[in-house]
This record gives sequence, structure tokens and C-alpha cells, in this order.
Amino acid sequence: MSKTKSGLSNPIQVHNYTSPVTVVYRNKPATQNHIDPQKTKIGHTMISDGGEDEEKWLTAGIAGLQQNAFYMHRALDSNNIKDALKYSAQMLSELRTSRLSPHKYYELYMRAFDELRKLEIFFKEESNRSCSIIELYELVQHAGNILPRLYLLCTVGSVYIRSKEAPAKDILKDLVEMCRGIQHPLRGLFLRSYLSQVSRDKLPDIGSEYEGDENTVMDAVEFVLQNFTEMNKLWVRMQHQGPVREKEKREKERNELRDLVGKNLHVLGQIEGIDLELYRDVVLPRVLEQVVNCKDDLAQYYLMDCIIQVFPDEYHLQTLETLLGACPQLQPSVDIKTVLSGLMERLSNYAASSTEVLPEFVQVEAFAKLNNAIGQVIEAQADMPVFGAVALYSSLLTFTLHVHPDRLDYVDQILGACVSKIAGKGKLEAKATKQIVALLSAPLEKYNDIDTALKLSNYPLVMEYLDDRTNKVMSNVIIQSIMKNKTHISTADKVGALFELIKGLIKDLDADNDDEMDEDDFKEEQNSVARLIQMLYNNDPEEMLKIICTVRKHILTGGPKRLPFTVPPLIYNALKLVRRVQSQDDNVSEEETASATPKKIFQILNQTIETLSMVPVPDLALRLYLECAEAANDCDLEPVAYEFFTQAYILYEEEISDSKAQVTALYLIIGTLQRMHTFGVENRDTLTHKATGYSAKLLKKPDQCRAVYACSHLFWVEDQDGVKDGERVLLCLKRALRIANAAQQMANVTKGSSGSVMLFIEILNKYLYFFEKGNAQITVASIQGLIELVTTEMQSDTSTSDPAADAFFASTIRYIQSQKDKGGATGEKFEAIKV
Amino acid sequence: MVLVLAIGDLHVPHRAPDLPAKFKSMLVPGKIQHIICTGNLCIKEVHDYLKSLCPSLHITRGEYDEDSRYPETKTLTIGQFKLGLCHGHQVVPWGDLDSLAMLQRQLDVDILVSGHTHQFKAYKHEAGVVINPGSATGAYSSITYDVNPSFVLMDIDGLRVVVYVYELIDGEVKVDKIDFKKTSTATI
Repeated sequence: MSKTKSGLSNPIQVHNYTSPVTVVYRNKPATQNHIDPQKTKIGHTMISDGGEDEEKWLTAGIAGLQQNAFYMHRALDSNNIKDALKYSAQMLSELRTSRLSPHKYYELYMRAFDELRKLEIFFKEESNRSCSIIELYELVQHAGNILPRLYLLCTVGSVYIRSKEAPAKDILKDLVEMCRGIQHPLRGLFLRSYLSQVSRDKLPDIGSEYEGDENTVMDAVEFVLQNFTEMNKLWVRMQHQGPVREKEKREKERNELRDLVGKNLHVLGQIEGIDLELYRDVVLPRVLEQVVNCKDDLAQYYLMDCIIQVFPDEYHLQTLETLLGACPQLQPSVDIKTVLSGLMERLSNYAASSTEVLPEFVQVEAFAKLNNAIGQVIEAQADMPVFGAVALYSSLLTFTLHVHPDRLDYVDQILGACVSKIAGKGKLEAKATKQIVALLSAPLEKYNDIDTALKLSNYPLVMEYLDDRTNKVMSNVIIQSIMKNKTHISTADKVGALFELIKGLIKDLDADNDDEMDEDDFKEEQNSVARLIQMLYNNDPEEMLKIICTVRKHILTGGPKRLPFTVPPLIYNALKLVRRVQSQDDNVSEEETASATPKKIFQILNQTIETLSMVPVPDLALRLYLECAEAANDCDLEPVAYEFFTQAYILYEEEISDSKAQVTALYLIIGTLQRMHTFGVENRDTLTHKATGYSAKLLKKPDQCRAVYACSHLFWVEDQDGVKDGERVLLCLKRALRIANAAQQMANVTKGSSGSVMLFIEILNKYLYFFEKGNAQITVASIQGLIELVTTEMQSDTSTSDPAADAFFASTIRYIQSQKDKGGATGEKFEAIKV
Repeated sequence: MVLVLAIGDLHVPHRAPDLPAKFKSMLVPGKIQHIICTGNLCIKEVHDYLKSLCPSLHITRGEYDEDSRYPETKTLTIGQFKLGLCHGHQVVPWGDLDSLAMLQRQLDVDILVSGHTHQFKAYKHEAGVVINPGSATGAYSSITYDVNPSFVLMDIDGLRVVVYVYELIDGEVKVDKIDFKKTSTATI
């Protein structure tokens, strides 16, 4: 092996070289920078350990390399080829080390690479000078050690090819086979990597200058394939070297080297002469053969992924069967699902890139093949975790949505396969549920229409298998999708199906589900259901009524917690419907079984509001009863309106006990009642009497006073046929006055001062209101009396000063004045009032 | 030049799912100095949304509001104008101008903003201006039929206020404006 040609392999020779420049060594003296060939066995497989030592060796190696490089360049400068080669060989000897890890070896390699580049540039010109390239090619083979010899050979080979003095294919073939001489994995990989790098631009590709009759693309392909095969073998061999306990470390190191192997595939990917036929018939089968046969999971996973990433998507489509066929043959421990997902993702993007490619997919039956492949993989890997299987189906679903969006049956098929996979697995782990949510969300995003998702028969089945929490998450996703797209769900059936899907939000699924839910979250959740109810709509009143009934049925299963959120939106939907049909009522004369009549709807409304009593939320229920009463009023359904008022009054009397709540409720009652025109005298009187009664019985006197004078409006309605009972208005105002007086006296007794005159000013304003409206019972005298009362009170010593009251009185006086200034009838009326 | 947004009666989520998209895109944070809200939002999310548009947020209580701590009435001074705010369900008869005028005198304000009827109104009345911004979501009202979503933007500049009303009619936003001038610094 060690050829003893003069000067090339004897290390001592270096020191006989008289140099004009003194080279200073930083670390060790020259002799120790060379690795003694006796000590280092070629093929020694010890993988270095000890980081610190490695640093030292690396530094030593670099130093030795640099030193020899320096001499090499000096020799080149004086055109001394023999010496140059000698030094370059010595320089390359540093690469014979077994002491470095791949990462460090790479550093050493890169420096050598740089020097070799310069050498190559030199030789390019050299061939124009002294010896021919063929001679040079011969000469370098005299290097003592095989590794330097082969590096030099590749370098010169590169120049040789470029010179075109021999067919490229011959030289390439020679080189790729000579490299067999290095069987050490690490060194071999780098050597062949070097070969790949220098030969890159010299492959006889189509359109390349190296192409000719003798050199064809096939030769280029052969060369790269062979290099690839050998490199893979070396790479796989690394796995089995060394003790078992260092397996992890080896795998890590192998990972660092994987791109060296993958590079060959990249080169193949860029050979233009490889058309679909060549790829399908030669390249892919050969590569797959190597992948399958090497039986190494690290290599298989990486290389499969590489193939998918490197070669064009059209090729993958056309060779789908071959590619997928390799999958079951791989080692069981290979993460094939990630590979398949990667493939499907690429194909999805390819489909998305242009609609013209879509027919191809149909033609090669891509979906069927992928579906089958996935099925086989899942079957083969029986212990694949659920989330893995779901992830695979998820990728397939994304693919299908891109490629065959109109094929709902495909989508449904995938969901069905998922169902059978997750059935019977009990509670699924978080990763799996996350995947399932992603799976279910994909069709929603794609179709932007819950309708389409509802058509998938397996969709609800998949949701069945979700646990409560996940069901809620998914339900929220569905609602968000509907809200975002502003889809109006328009039939009762669809509504029913939808509410079945989101039942996690509608009711408690698990009987003994403890209240883990945060209150705010719960509110938000129910509010989103409420918003959803707003999105249910159909122009046809019959269908709309059916929708309302369907929703009602579902929300009633929600229990007391949910009703306060879900009932109101339903009520309003129904009230809107009433409005729509009430105007139609005028035109409708047919007595058909049209069930969407106001009466029918009011019945449903009544029953629905009643359910709130089980919560209970009397304030809310009261408001809803009053809204319904007004709607019934507009339909002229007196008994219905009366019934609603009755219910509201009962709630007021029996359930609403908080003073503040009573005040608000009472104003709502008074306000609503004031607008009722459908009541006959009796009913109206009963309700009014009660309302004034409630007003007088409020807890705080000021509240009483205000409510009572508000009741005065119940006797005065501005409409044409509205009641205008001046006397009873006055009675109310007088009653309010009495209460205000009583309040004053109470303040005198309890606080020592006479309290605020505010109430009197308010009542004064009410007097003025009715005076202006023409209530004959309101006399100027009574107004005058009030003005004086207020003035006296305000000037009195015992009164507490109240700037608000002062301002109010002032603005009231201004009002009277402005009325006087109006002139005409109004001016005359107000003229009598003295301010 | 002070921009004041008057808005209310959204009734989310009982009567409407959300503010109309066209309104949402118009209402951006940082442009408005004050928001006065008549009430009936009804939920915290709407409150937070309004707060995000402008930190100076004034709300009075509507009968359906979730938060019972909002006051029944509120007064504030902006520039030369005194503004009063009240939901309006407390003022009987509902929507009656003269009764609202009484409230205006009671609060001693130049501009009274109230809601409840879901019907946009803005005019001079007796001693002041009464504005009802309507319902920003077009929510159902037992009082008003065919409610169009609307809100009001007031531009207060010295003694002058320009009232812009934005209404969503058949999917298009229509704007109208009304001018008011105060004659002196006392009252309008």
C-alpha cells in the first residue's frame, strides 16, 4: 500500500528542506504533527470520545494541514509538481485520523477542501505547461497512503474531465470505483462527498458540454446512483460499529452526516436529463431498492423524506404506486406516518398551485392509492398510537379538500375510517383529541359552510367519540365558523343536526360532571350559543316556526344554568316572527292549517318563558312577559296580552323583593301599560289600579312619589282614541304631592332639616306637562301654588341646599318663560303664570 | 374639536349577534375622545369592546344590562356643552319628547342623550337638544318597527356641535348631519 517513491512518504524528508522562512510552531514540533502511519490503522473503527482531547487533536490536525499546505503552495509557486504533490499528500494525511467526531472531522475536511480547490485551479493551468493531464493522473497515484491518493485522484480527475481528453463517463466510473478503497464509514463518506462536489458540474447531463455520443445522461445517472449506494452502505455501517451502549451517540453522529448521503439525491433531482420515464424506470426503483434493502430505520426515514422533497410533484403523482409500495416494506420502527404526511402535504400544495393539474390526480387515482397505503400502514403498525392514525387521516383529509373538494364521499370515507379507528379506545389522550379537532375543523374551514359539514354522515359520529371537554372545544369551533361566515341556518332539520353536534354546549353530557368550568368561561360559552340562535332564520314562517320549536326542544335540556342565556334569544326570534306574520294576517283569508299564527306563537312564548321559573330569574321573565304583552297588543289579541300582564304582575308580587329591582320593574310595567291600546275599560282599569297600588307601596318615599306621578300618564294617552282622563291624572299628581309632603315631614323629624325640594319641582314639571297638553283639571292656580311652595321651601332656613334642585327650578322657570315668549295660544296659556 | 360617540341598545347577544361589520370597520380606536352609551349592551364583551375604542367610556344602565352597577343617569361636561345620559326606560311615556325635556331640565344639560326606543332622533326641543342614537345593531324593539342599525357621532367645537348620524340601510351606510349652535355659554 505504501509506495516508496522518493520523497513522498518519508516524513523525515520534510525537515531536510531548507526554507528561507522560519516557520514557527505554536503547539508541537513538526514530527508530532504527522500521524505515524504505523500507529493509525486504516479502517480503525474507534470513534473518538473526550471532547477536550478532540479539540486538541483537531487543532493539531489543522496545524499540520496548514503547515503542509504552506509548503505545497511554495512548491507550486516554483512549479515543483513533485514536491507539491508530496506536501499535498502529507496535508491530506491529516484526514486519515480516527480521532475526530463527524462534526470536528468536517472542520478539518473543509480546510483540506479549500486547499484542494487551489490545487485544482493550479492544475488547470498546469496542464498547459509541463506534464500532460494523463501523466498527472498517473503521478498522483504514487502517493503513499490511499486516502490522500484518492483525494488527489478526484481532484486531478476533475481537471481531466474538464480537459475532455477522455470521455467523462470513463473517468467518473474510474473514480467512483476507486473510492471503494476506503471502507471506513466516516472517511469514506467525506471522500465520496468530495467526489460528488467536484464532479457536480461535470456530469454529462443534457445540454452540458460533457454530453456526447459516448457520454449520456444514463452515465451521469449511473455515476450518481453508484456513489449514493456506496455512501448509504457506509452510513448504515456506522450504526453497527462500536459498543451497544454508545448507540445513541452513534445515531446522533449519523444524523450529523445524513446530508452527505442526501446530497446525491439532490444532484439527481437537478439532472435535467432525467425525465419522467428515466425517473420511473431507473432512478426511483434503484433508490428505493437501496432504501428498502439497507434495513436501517434512520436511513429509511431520512431517505424517503429526501426523495419526496427532492423530486418534482408531478413525478410523485405518476409513480405513486411504486413509492407507496415501498412503505410497508420499511422497518416497522420507521415513522412512516410523518413521511406519508409530508408526501400528502406536498401533493396538496401542488394541487393548490394550479387547477390544471387536478385532472392528473383523478387519472392516477391518487386518493384511492393513498387511502389504501394509509390503511396498510395502520394495519401493519398495530401499536401505532391513536393520534398517529388520526394525524395520517388528517393529512389525507387536507389532501382531499385541496384536490377533490367536491367529493364529499371521499371526505366522509376518511371520517368513517377515523371513527373505526377511535371507536372503543375509551378516553383519548390530549394529543389525539387535538388531532381530531384539527380533523373536524378542516372541512369547516374549507367549505365555509356548516351545511356541507352537516351533510357528512360520519361527522357527528366522530364527534360522538369526543369527551365532553373536547366536544365543547369543537362546538366552539363550529359556532365561530358560523359566526365568521355569517351563515344563516335555514331548516329545522339542519338546526336539529347542528344542535346535536354541539350538544356539549347545550347540556351536561356527563351526569356527574363537576363544575370545573370557570364562571366567566361558562358565560362566554352560553353567550356564543345565544349568538348562534340569532343566526337561525328562514323567510318562510312555517319553517321558521319549526326552527324555533327545534331550538326550544334542545335548549330545554340545558337545565337551569343555561336557560337564562338561551331562552331570551329564542323569545326574540319568536317575537320577530310574530311581527312578520301579523302583517301577513291582514292578507290571509284562507283557513288552512297554517300553524304559524300569532296565537300559536304566543302560546309557545308563554310556555317557554314559564320554564325560567325553574331557574328562577323573575326579573328577566317579567321583562320577557311585558315584551310579549306589547307584541300581543300590536296583534290586537286582548286576552293574550292580559294573560302576559297577569304573569308579569304575579312575578312582581311574589318574586321580586329587592327594592331597586322593584323600581325598575315597575317603570317597565307602567311604560308598557301606558302603550296598551287593546285593553277594554275593565281590563285596563284592573291593571292600572294594580300598578298605582304597587307604586304607592314601594319602600322609599321618593320612589313612591316618582312612580305614582309616572302612573299619571296611564290616564293620558296622546293617541286619537287614547284615554284622556284629566281627573284621574290630577288625582295621581295630588297623591304624589301628598307623598312628597310626607317625605318632607319625615326628613324634618329624622334629620332635623326639611330635605330636598326636588320632588316638588318634579311634580311641578308634571303639572306643567299636562297643563300644556290641555288637561283642564290642571289650573293655573295649582301651578302657581306649587311654584310658591317651592320658592318658600328653598328660601327657608331649615332647608338643605341642593344645587341640583336649584338648577332644576331655574330651568323650569326658564321653560315657563320661553313658553310665554312663544306667543300665540301657548303664550296666552302660560301668560297667567307668574314667575 | 372633540369627537363623541353616542351609541346604545346593542342587545348582544339576546337580540343581535354582533355589531354590523360595516360599523365595526368604521369604529377604530384612537379617533374618538369620549363614548357615551345609553345602555343595554348587554354583556361584558361589548363593554370591553367599547372600552378598547376609547378609554373615556360613560354608560347608563339599561333594563337588560348584565352589570347592575351602571348609574341610572349621568352628566358630563365636554367643552362648552353639558351632556346628560340616561337609558330612557325610566322616562314615561317612552320616547315622549316633553317628558324627556323634563329630564333634561332636571339634569340641567344642553344635550340629552337617551335610548330605549331604538329609533334615531335628534332635534332641538324647548331648551335643549335631545338625541337618541337608536340601536347600533338594529335590535328588535317592541316600540319601533323596522329598526335600522344606527349610531351618532358628535363633533363638539366651541359653541357648536355637529351631529352625524350613521345608519345602515339595506347594507349601505348612510350619513346625515345636523348642526346646533349655543347662543351663549349659559344655555342653548
